[in-house]
Amino acid sequence: MLQTYSYPKFAYRQSAEQKEGRVARHPVVVIGAGPIGLTAALDFGRRGIATVVLDDNDTVSIGSRAVCYAKRPLEIWDRLGCAAPMVAKGVSWKVGKVFFENDLRYTFDLLPEADHRMPAMINLQQYYLEEYMIAACAELATVDLRWKHKVISLRQEPDHVVLTVETPDGVFTMEADWVVACDGANSDTRKMVGAEFTGRFFQDRFLIADVVMKADFPTERWFWFDPPFHRNQSTLLHKQSDDVWRIDFQLGWDADPEEEKKPEKVIPRLKAMLGETTEFELEWVSIYQFACRRIDDFRHGRVLFAGDAAHQVSPFGARGANTGVQDIDNLGWKLKLVMDGAAPEALIDTYNEERAFAADDNLLQSTRSTDFITPKSEMSRRFRNAVLELAADHAFARPLVNSGRLSTPTPYVRSSLNTPDEDIFAGGMVPGTNCADAPIAVAGESGWLLHHLGDGFTVMTFGSVPAKTVAAGAISAKVLSVGDDLVDTKGRVAERYDGRPGTTYLIRPDQHVAARWRSFDAAKIARAVARACVA
Amino acid sequence: MSLNLQPNIPDPDGFYQELIDSQRDMTDAQAQMMNCKLVLVLANHIGDREVLRAALEVAGGRIGPA
Ligand SMILES: Cc1cc2nc3c(=O)[nH]c(=O)nc-3n(C[C@H](O)[C@H](O)[C@H](O)COP(=O)(O)OP(=O)(O)OC[C@H]3O[C@@H](n4cnc5c(N)ncnc54)[C@H](O)[C@@H]3O)c2cc1C
Repeated sequence: MLQTYSYPKFAYRQSAEQKEGRVARHPVVVIGAGPIGLTAALDFGRRGIATVVLDDNDTVSIGSRAVCYAKRPLEIWDRLGCAAPMVAKGVSWKVGKVFFENDLRYTFDLLPEADHRMPAMINLQQYYLEEYMIAACAELATVDLRWKHKVISLRQEPDHVVLTVETPDGVFTMEADWVVACDGANSDTRKMVGAEFTGRFFQDRFLIADVVMKADFPTERWFWFDPPFHRNQSTLLHKQSDDVWRIDFQLGWDADPEEEKKPEKVIPRLKAMLGETTEFELEWVSIYQFACRRIDDFRHGRVLFAGDAAHQVSPFGARGANTGVQDIDNLGWKLKLVMDGAAPEALIDTYNEERAFAADDNLLQSTRSTDFITPKSEMSRRFRNAVLELAADHAFARPLVNSGRLSTPTPYVRSSLNTPDEDIFAGGMVPGTNCADAPIAVAGESGWLLHHLGDGFTVMTFGSVPAKTVAAGAISAKVLSVGDDLVDTKGRVAERYDGRPGTTYLIRPDQHVAARWRSFDAAKIARAVARACVA
Repeated sequence: MSLNLQPNIPDPDGFYQELIDSQRDMTDAQAQMMNCKLVLVLANHIGDREVLRAALEVAGGRIGPA
């Protein structure tokens, strides 16, 4: 098969602790250097936590995996300083087309709102994503990335975890105050702590092909239900970088995975779809069965689960990595405050509260998409087809078409960390919601709002206030005045936050709204900070 | 608004005939497809989720988690 990409090989190095045979205690050990473990390394490292990452392999993600990344994870990676190369290399898109049988039935536009730094969606092969994050980790003195380190067992003590790790130099022991398990859907760590991982397996198989071709398909997401070239099943086409295209063929449950993977089976399918004359080469072919499952609790003692280790979704809607990155966004600042003694350990429990809520939302969305794409009975197939036929002519049916609802963040609307509103606000910035970006200027230089939120707690207030900081226990929240500290150049901050003179937001270190008021009241802000830290 | 289960269709015999006649020349598969579309069209017209849920129940459907 053709290779547009050569997989880097990262050097294994024996650690000093293994060489010297001493048992070292680390503040945090991250297991797994996939997209989520790497995001954890960058987030924790940037917050000043010395972070060791262990990965049993020595390269990036191999084969056909994640393609689409949504705005929110891009914003998080931007906060972590690694989004620029992703956006530069990635393919931006916003139009999706849905075909049924022979015809185009419906076109949607993600209609990205203007004046956000990050695009609505980019497509990029997962190996590039990981490569850029690994490069960003190398810039941080706080991150110690160790390849060819396989965790083989784990024991929990009341105030730390003992890990047994295998390297090319043998087996050694290390200790960690906290362990963050990002070791993927087949997580060994999950088994080591005896966690449950339950949900639904879908009785269906998908052929996922990455194909290199110079084709004049537009940069759009094309989804076919029951097309003439692949009867009774669905097909998805997506562009990635380097002229690589992702094509998914639904195969049904009876398909033989070994048979279907063979080029002599795959090439005719592709020719039927792309036309006899289109020139292409296979880059990678695999067969997947999809599941929607989640762990019983994101916290097991001092072991915290994130990414696919904590939840697995079918890829329709591109929710896997996208949601996993948001797990880390939620966890990093909590871990830092607890490690620093600025918040009680109970703050860590809210990681499960908020992210299990988000995972359930993702699982629901992803299960619904899968049920639409793979109807479970003759009658549900009829309803599905009826929706698709009606969608061509009638607007009402289009919102019912579900070829995968693309990942958007789940606001923590019911979180115990939120201070409920006592004033009336318009718009979407309710407590628990991630902050909308907006163009701003600081000292005459144009920039973006999100770059000024996320370094500890921030109080954003419209107009002038006498305070530069608000103190709440061990925490000091910096005050950012829209007007004095930054200029709302296009009026988008006021528009998106329903800001009037006096309007004040308390924003968490993960750029989520904790509380808001119509006037600046330091005592109320301090109480809301305490509440957002379970203090 | 709650689901109206009182007679509401003027000329009931006429309506019923129209319904049956509309599917007269169809195979069962075609008629089933039409029924599905009809459910969707009418459901959209009603729009109110409470009313739709009540209708699903009256028709013998199961509501709530499996
Ligand atoms: C076909 C397909 C399409 C997808 N499309 C999308 C998409 O468009 N958008 C999206 O957001 N997501 C998508 N996903 C999902 C995405 O690939 C995953 O959600 C993502 O890779 C999860 O990252 P992770 O870091 O949690 O786990 P992984 O990527 O699985 O990484 C786990 C890491 O842990 C290491 N490891 C495992 N066990 C040990 C151990 N005992 N010791 C040390 N290291 C260990 C592994 O070597 C690996 O590096 C797709 C997935 C598939 C299969």
